[in-house]
Amino acid sequence: MHRFAVAALLFALACGPALAQKPAPVADPAVDRRVQELSNELRCLVCQNQTLADSNAELAVDLRNAVREQVVAGRTDAQIFEYLVARYGDFVLYRPPFKATTLLLWAGPFVLLLAALGVLFGALRRRRGQAAEAPPDAEEQARAAALLGTPGPGRDGT
Amino acid sequence: MKKFLLPLALFLVVVGFLGVGLKLNPREVPSPLIGKPAPLFSLPVLHQPDKVMTNADLKGQVWMLNVWASWCVSCREEHPVLVDLAKRNVLPIYGLNYKDKTDEAKAWLKQFGDPYTLSLVDAQGRIGIDYGVYGVPETYVIDREGVIRYKRIGIVTEDLVREKILPLVAELKK
Repeated sequence: MHRFAVAALLFALACGPALAQKPAPVADPAVDRRVQELSNELRCLVCQNQTLADSNAELAVDLRNAVREQVVAGRTDAQIFEYLVARYGDFVLYRPPFKATTLLLWAGPFVLLLAALGVLFGALRRRRGQAAEAPPDAEEQARAAALLGTPGPGRDGT
Repeated sequence: MKKFLLPLALFLVVVGFLGVGLKLNPREVPSPLIGKPAPLFSLPVLHQPDKVMTNADLKGQVWMLNVWASWCVSCREEHPVLVDLAKRNVLPIYGLNYKDKTDEAKAWLKQFGDPYTLSLVDAQGRIGIDYGVYGVPETYVIDREGVIRYKRIGIVTEDLVREKILPLVAELKK
């Protein structure tokens, strides 16, 4: 029991500062969870390689609060993303939408893969063609046998 | 020799892409607001807290919106350019005092000069979010129909005023 109290105290101390930075707490875990999920999908524009959930920039706090308000107001995820995209552009989304300007981004890796496979099969087919073209004739086999010091084909060399 | 041409060409293409990538400024995110109507605001005026101003009042004018704050270091660098632009009387400059303390903002304008026709107080940064502000200073040029025609993220420089803003304003005023 005593041990548990110490652990609880340590836990509270460790969490204290982290909790202090969060926006005004709302007593609804479902809202918290959705804000968290949405913030994980959104980019903080101040520190561009962090999500809105990870960032402690002032703007990130404001935007999380804006997201929270919309969640509380009952907006759908799509509506909330739309709200932010209208203001900050597709750049806020960590998953860019599929459209004309992002075609290369989405299709690029698959195009590259197909091109690479094409080159690979081409090379393989050429190699197989070469191998089939030149089977050793009798003279070549005799020469090979002479070089190897073995008595011609048809007998075991050992 | 011929064997190396294809890899060399590919290499040069990659170098080209990387070279362009190096020169791009990742902070300059293209704003989706250009060509869209400026989001509506209705905000208290910095020097007349009882008065509320909205951008609907500015229909029919070409005007500039400059987002600034007394805590913003780059704004200091930008400020002389705005003061100078205001003196030329080409277009009214409205300030959006973003997430600032009113007394500090007023003291700042007293110290460095006030280029703004009016400054509006956005203490919570809500209007900033509507305008897609993420780094102060930011500057917008808005046309007679109330459409955003230009957005600058970061400092407005003398060169930018001469090469971009003045020609744009002249065209919008035609």
